[in-house]
Amino acid sequence: MKQPLVKIEDVYKDYQLPKKYLFQKAPVFRALHGINLELHQGTSFGIVGESGCGKSTLARIVMALDEPTLGKVLFDGRDLFNMPARDLRHLRRNFQMVFQDPYGSLNPRKSILGIVAEPLDTLKEKLSFAEKKKRVGQILAEVGLNAGDTDKFPHEFSGGQRQRIAIARALITRPSLIVADESVSALDVSVQAQVLNLMMDLQEKYNLTYMFISHDLSVVEYITDQVAVIYMGKVVEQGTTKNLFQNPLHPYTQTLLRAVPDVNPLNKKQKNKAIAPLFKKTEKSCPFLDRCTRAAKTCVKGTPKLKLLGEEGHLVACFNAD
Amino acid sequence: MALLQVQDLLITLKTAHGPQEVISHVSFSMDAGEKLGIVGESGCGKSITALALMSLLPPDSRISGKILLEGRNITNLNSREICSIRGNRIGMIFQEPMTALNPVKQIGAQVSESIYLHTKLNRKQTLEQVIELMDKVGLPMERFPLNLYPHQLSGGQRQRVMIAMAIACSPDILIADEPTTALDVTVQEQILDLIQDLADSSGMALVMISHDLGVIAQTAENVMVMYTGNVVEMGSTIDVFQNMLHPYTHGLFSAIPHVGSSAKQSKKRLSSIPGQVPELHLRPNGCNFANRCQRASSICNEKEPSETRISEHHQVWCYHPLNRQDKRKIKK
Repeated sequence: MKQPLVKIEDVYKDYQLPKKYLFQKAPVFRALHGINLELHQGTSFGIVGESGCGKSTLARIVMALDEPTLGKVLFDGRDLFNMPARDLRHLRRNFQMVFQDPYGSLNPRKSILGIVAEPLDTLKEKLSFAEKKKRVGQILAEVGLNAGDTDKFPHEFSGGQRQRIAIARALITRPSLIVADESVSALDVSVQAQVLNLMMDLQEKYNLTYMFISHDLSVVEYITDQVAVIYMGKVVEQGTTKNLFQNPLHPYTQTLLRAVPDVNPLNKKQKNKAIAPLFKKTEKSCPFLDRCTRAAKTCVKGTPKLKLLGEEGHLVACFNAD
Repeated sequence: MALLQVQDLLITLKTAHGPQEVISHVSFSMDAGEKLGIVGESGCGKSITALALMSLLPPDSRISGKILLEGRNITNLNSREICSIRGNRIGMIFQEPMTALNPVKQIGAQVSESIYLHTKLNRKQTLEQVIELMDKVGLPMERFPLNLYPHQLSGGQRQRVMIAMAIACSPDILIADEPTTALDVTVQEQILDLIQDLADSSGMALVMISHDLGVIAQTAENVMVMYTGNVVEMGSTIDVFQNMLHPYTHGLFSAIPHVGSSAKQSKKRLSSIPGQVPELHLRPNGCNFANRCQRASSICNEKEPSETRISEHHQVWCYHPLNRQDKRKIKK
């Protein structure tokens, strides 16, 4: 098998919380709990989970914006957190990010040329102004904007167009990985479809790899090949998009999928019922214990590990999955 | 008589490009206990419509047409009269619970505010009422004391406080403006269930505003699809969602990825609506959707379409509504 483009090996991330008392040891919040993932060139990997589950922390670590407490991230076989800062900066051209809010992520005082060319400046590419303008123009045309828009400012564009500018900025260094953190969540549905289509076209054209983070399950199902479901910093289910959505095995994934409102008014779906937790959660027990309908005694004593269940590498972390 | 009747509502706001019409000729009516959904993209006027019902429009806006609450026009009332309706007869849940709640006031005090304003209960009775309300919305006193501040609650819990405030005086109409947009799917499900249960048990009419077609499909009996300040299609949710006639409604539906659709397997692209919502001052003379519509003809650019009544419960504003053959073609 080919070497994965990104390999996340047993990554832990702890954040120190503020102390309550002066001489107390600072309490620690564990945002990520031993994450192992592999992203392959030319595919899309979806990360799904509720707010606060660690999705964005993972994105920050893959982008080398934050260092993991433990564990490694290998990009193309090279450890991101064990190399000279200079090399890391050079490597950064290969992975770029598209943020959620197209209004907050573009500097309103900079022209589109300045915004889109900024990665080139940061990477210290010695380009003449004319060359820079030409490259920015090309990339703008590719994301469906006018090549002549380089002198405009962000306020002259709509939300969808701004997100196209953000994509252009990510693409200008010709990266192989794009991390999209809730990149279409802020857009209206008709525009969201345009941006999703654009992202798919670009992927085919440049063999891009996407790490696609979203809380919108139907969007994730639409665009990804592989999905990992994260709950409280742990991967609870992982597999091909097709398997995971058609045959979800972890009770948490099932809860998530059931909670999506159906657009067909005749389909009155079966509802997730709030349950009174049967068992008391301890530090050792399964993180999903208090919300799980299938909890049993075994779940209290130990945390389930990811194990192979079902087809094509479908991994589930649950004692009672069948 | 209908509980709420909106007749030919027209709202003009002052903008940098002069006064602009943001709602034009919107009419609808609601009976007691009815659940109406308003769906549309941002800028289509759904929130402005809700604010108009609450008389919370910005002071420099102009409003014409009528909003009749049990036959009484509430658009021209003075501030004192409107205060007796707002929060009392009509309650509203806002989108962002963090910005709508007062961060320096305890939740109990915020919920009791409208009870103080609108009823003659004394302090003790009010307290009892607040405790009962908090229980109803799933924040029992034992676990959520009334002296908590909003920042001590999660997003879903804050939204529950908002709901308690909105229903404090058992209003006849509850307006929910994107109540779950900022929430996770699992929390969204709980909040929608709660709102529906409360509406069902007390016979409140519900106006559910959302851009999420799924939310509307699951909560509303009747639906109004809006685009750039106009109603483009209206009818029972089943009629409109199953048998849509306006090209815009159809466009919205085809633009959402359905569960079970994977681009990777089918190699298909989502069909998106080309172009974007025209800005206020650039709206065309005729149908506002004409420049994005594939079915547009010359008449669409000249004159605004008028209402076409398909059945008693289904109206559409379009010169070229979809017919059966088109739909079959689309399905293929």
